[in-house]
Amino acid sequence: MNEQSSPSVRERIERNTKRRGMTKLTETLMPNVFLICAIISILTTIGIIITLISETLSFFQAVSIIEFMMSSEWYPLHNDASYGIRPLLTGTLVIAFIAMCIAIPFGLASAIFLSEYASDKTRRTVKPILEVLAGVPTIVYGFFALTFVTPILQHLIPSLSIYNALSPGIVVGIMIIPMVASLSEDAMSAVPDSLRQGAFALGSTRLEVAVKVVLPAAFSGIIASFVLAVSRAIGETMIVTVAGGANPTASIDITSAVQTMTAYIVQISLGDAGYGTTEYYSIYAVGMTLFIFTLIMNLLAHFISKRFREVY
Amino acid sequence: MLTETTERNYAESVKSRPSFSWRIVKNKGFKGLFVGATAFSLLMLLVLLTRIITQGYVYIDWDFLTSFPSRKAEEAGIFSAFIGTIWMMTVTAPVSFLIGVGTAIYLEEYTKKNWFTSLIQMNISNLAGVPSIVFGLLGLTIFVREMALGRSVLAGGLTMALLILPIIVVASQEAIRAVPGELKSASFAMGATKWQTTYRIVLPAALPGILTGNILALSRAIGETAPLIMIGALTYVAFLPEGLLSSFTVMPIQIFNWTGRPQEEFHQVAASGIIILLVMLLIMNAVAVWIRNKFQKRL
Repeated sequence: MNEQSSPSVRERIERNTKRRGMTKLTETLMPNVFLICAIISILTTIGIIITLISETLSFFQAVSIIEFMMSSEWYPLHNDASYGIRPLLTGTLVIAFIAMCIAIPFGLASAIFLSEYASDKTRRTVKPILEVLAGVPTIVYGFFALTFVTPILQHLIPSLSIYNALSPGIVVGIMIIPMVASLSEDAMSAVPDSLRQGAFALGSTRLEVAVKVVLPAAFSGIIASFVLAVSRAIGETMIVTVAGGANPTASIDITSAVQTMTAYIVQISLGDAGYGTTEYYSIYAVGMTLFIFTLIMNLLAHFISKRFREVY
Repeated sequence: MLTETTERNYAESVKSRPSFSWRIVKNKGFKGLFVGATAFSLLMLLVLLTRIITQGYVYIDWDFLTSFPSRKAEEAGIFSAFIGTIWMMTVTAPVSFLIGVGTAIYLEEYTKKNWFTSLIQMNISNLAGVPSIVFGLLGLTIFVREMALGRSVLAGGLTMALLILPIIVVASQEAIRAVPGELKSASFAMGATKWQTTYRIVLPAALPGILTGNILALSRAIGETAPLIMIGALTYVAFLPEGLLSSFTVMPIQIFNWTGRPQEEFHQVAASGIIILLVMLLIMNAVAVWIRNKFQKRL
């Protein structure tokens, strides 16, 4: 008040009204600003869907959808090009399968250890280290697969070619162990302690409590974590690009080179496929297939964990 | 009351049960398996790191950090990729921060639960599951072609911002939700408006959590390769970006390029690049953990 030579009452009222006007303005403005931010995330999804659909439609003007779904040959760079998604799909699923063979047993066993056996202190040390494993960039895993795992496997299986499905499959599996472990552990930790104590009181061992009480109770969450892991394995790109090779084949031979959907998209975008060519549009058709697969998996996981959750 | 038959049944079932000592042995055996499985992951991490360090340390020196990529392995360096990563972060960090935190504030402070918020929430959790390469296709179409930004730092940075948006939103939401309701109530009781409360009370209290989430999300963006290959970040760059619209490369792409070469020496160069990348991620994660530990207890 003393900073100006005592303003008149009228001036003060005016100043207050002005300030209130500003406050009112920000009060109405800010919610809308935040709303726009929130809408951007929806626009992203819409953008993905529209992009994929429109470019895929351009692709299907050059290639029939029946050929895409039915043909078992994928030779986009041939003179007599053939676009059948099956070889890419086979490569993707083979690698995802190998990955799950690693990730499910190791992930689930780690989850049981962390949730049922480990002391609080062990859990607090091990979990962050597992998170480090999950945070390593995928290109690093790709490098590891190509320069370390493949040579070792070649010692064991001499017929293994330098690019193959086995090595990236195993490494993708290692990469998603922490994901399976952490999501399953969350599901198991959510099982109330009273159930465990009840079983212990009846004389159960820890193993019996884990397998007969906790696992069934956390079953939906555990299955959901598997499904999410499959989705992650299907969408994995760099490991399979670096170590899997570029040989689209519909045969299931894990010792020879394969090509996954993701690796194909990378191959084409590294090459010089001009804008508007059929090869260019083909990456959208493959991307669309990939998107649909992972979307179904993610929705399925969501559905399983919601629908079949035991409520205590 | 036990009748004679139930007693007999009980006696039989006791006999057919696995013996007590066997159950103990089984428990111990499986415990060993579970511990072994957990140790396997930790061992893998150890092997991975040892392998990369022993392979890559030879090329790590000041020259490696300040040289451009080269056809000769001894002269190759990561300078352009390192600077390219930093350029991209200057786009990604502010864009994803503003949009992500804005979305989180909207969801936590400004709306009640209704169909629209659950739509956004559902949408965000689905976006988190979309493979990164699909984001690359989005960026290629929208930013590179439609908005005609070209294969530029700006296009790459914006694509990355969209990619890490879900992580930032979820982390920020958790941080905002953790702010005690009493603080807000007190602020409202003093006559503060919604925005004043959000800006002066909620955001400062939630800031450590928000920052931690943002740094972790950025460290994810730094390691991503696939979307930027889609965008067309170059694989061989012997110059530095001059502006937001100039072409660029980033560290993972440079590593990918080196890994793809047949010569053993370039694999070692790739390992050196990986060491630099991992050190950078380690520093970011350490900062994130430090912020979390330092500021978490205040509330």
